[in-house]
Amino acid sequence: MPVMKIKKFSFTYSGVEHPSLKSITLPIEKNKITALIGPSGCGKSTLLRSMNRIHDLYPGNKYDGKIELLDFETGKYQNILEIKKENEFIELRQKVGMIFQKPTPFPMSIFDNVAYGLKIAGIKNKSELQDRVEAALKGSALWKEVHDRLDKSAMGLSGGQQQRLCIARAVAVKPEVLLFDEPTSALDPISTGAIEELIVELKKDVSIAIVTHNMQQASRISDYTAFMYLGDLIEYDKTENIFLNPKEKQTEDYITGRFG
Amino acid sequence: MRLLINKIFLALSILSAGVGLAFLAWILITLFMKGLSSFHFSLFLNDLIEGGLRNLIVGQMILAGLASLIGIPLGMTAGIYIQEYGQGRYAALIRDLSDIMMSAPSIVIGAFVYAIVVVPMGGTSGFAGAIALAIMMIPVVINTTDSMLSLVPRELREAGIALGASKYKVIIDIVIKAAKVGIMTGILLAFARIIGETAPLLFTSETSNYFSLNLGESFPSLTVSIYDLANEPEESSRDLAWAASFILTVLVLIINLTGRFITRNKK
Repeated sequence: MPVMKIKKFSFTYSGVEHPSLKSITLPIEKNKITALIGPSGCGKSTLLRSMNRIHDLYPGNKYDGKIELLDFETGKYQNILEIKKENEFIELRQKVGMIFQKPTPFPMSIFDNVAYGLKIAGIKNKSELQDRVEAALKGSALWKEVHDRLDKSAMGLSGGQQQRLCIARAVAVKPEVLLFDEPTSALDPISTGAIEELIVELKKDVSIAIVTHNMQQASRISDYTAFMYLGDLIEYDKTENIFLNPKEKQTEDYITGRFG
Repeated sequence: MRLLINKIFLALSILSAGVGLAFLAWILITLFMKGLSSFHFSLFLNDLIEGGLRNLIVGQMILAGLASLIGIPLGMTAGIYIQEYGQGRYAALIRDLSDIMMSAPSIVIGAFVYAIVVVPMGGTSGFAGAIALAIMMIPVVINTTDSMLSLVPRELREAGIALGASKYKVIIDIVIKAAKVGIMTGILLAFARIIGETAPLLFTSETSNYFSLNLGESFPSLTVSIYDLANEPEESSRDLAWAASFILTVLVLIINLTGRFITRNKK
């Protein structure tokens, strides 16, 4: 069952005439990893950034179609493009977390970084905060490295550790979906490996969409792959089918490295 | 040929740098020699009426402190508005206005405050002086806040929003914290600048020979008194002016160095 259903979704940036995404229809399957691949400018990041409506930080963009998110409690789908109220946005972003290309630790202690989202969600109880922070750091394979310096600034961590901290921060609020926007492109190969392992580990608890430039990465970790080109969704299928047996010529050209 | 031009240019640059530095050194040496010869610790214990500077130093600090209390919050909120909320023409207009205000002659600001505060209140006062200094300070604080916030990466704001924080919370919890060192340094430099100002105080706070904490009347000011004392015919008054200039310079130097020290340590 998909946790998110994107239906005939189009997106136009503020002040631009032509849409950057044209009638995209795509499911994000529950507890699976869906990779969005395609050459630069194909709209994969734009699509990902629509799924938690982070675009709304910058006014004037136009949405069309539907993006439906499954509500785990009621079992019903809600169209997130209809959200207008501040508290609904907060709820949406707690359900749909996001990890960015560059690690974005906040200028505060390691503990406070992970606790930040929890405090916004209204958790004030100290022992509960401690438990949730510990669980999130353990879940992000960071606990061993930082458990004795939780009160130290997060800025002192290495790039790979910072990125795992950002994942812990997003996981702490127990989201339904996690969006990864090229999470390893600023990291060295060893840190990249650690993050990839972590992402695969995470799909037990959360559904994942990941934008990546790295096709090997997509084939290594994802269950489903969507290939996009110039704002169109060209092909969506199980990852093995996309890489071993693509139906579209454009997909084949891209994954064999003939363009892109 | 090209090598020759290169050498001439280098020689000229060194020469002009030397001339500039020589004048600076000359000023400092004169100030230290004249200032130190008339400097005595009793200056800190007596008021001007008794031949000391105590009331003036305290008064100047109070004026600059009060100006900061008015200027820093106003300047910071305006800077935050321009950088974080302002879009399009309105914010650009405020930014330009603030830039223009930064280069407004300080005597003009003094005259302005004279017209809108001193005249209606019926006389010079500490308040009027503090307001004039605050007006001097606001554009500097706006500018610093604006440019320091602009250095905070966009992703950091997005990361806050993506965790469900509202915009104002992201600004307060994350963005300002990330720009804290830069903003603090800028504020410190703005403070160092206004504490040495004379023109805005000349006909707003004036100065007083007595110790005073009453901001409703003419208020003791170190800089205005330096101006007055330097115009006195007696040798002793001018010596006192030198001592006061020396103390003021050292004070500004200390504040400046503190600012640099903070930046260097934190970055």
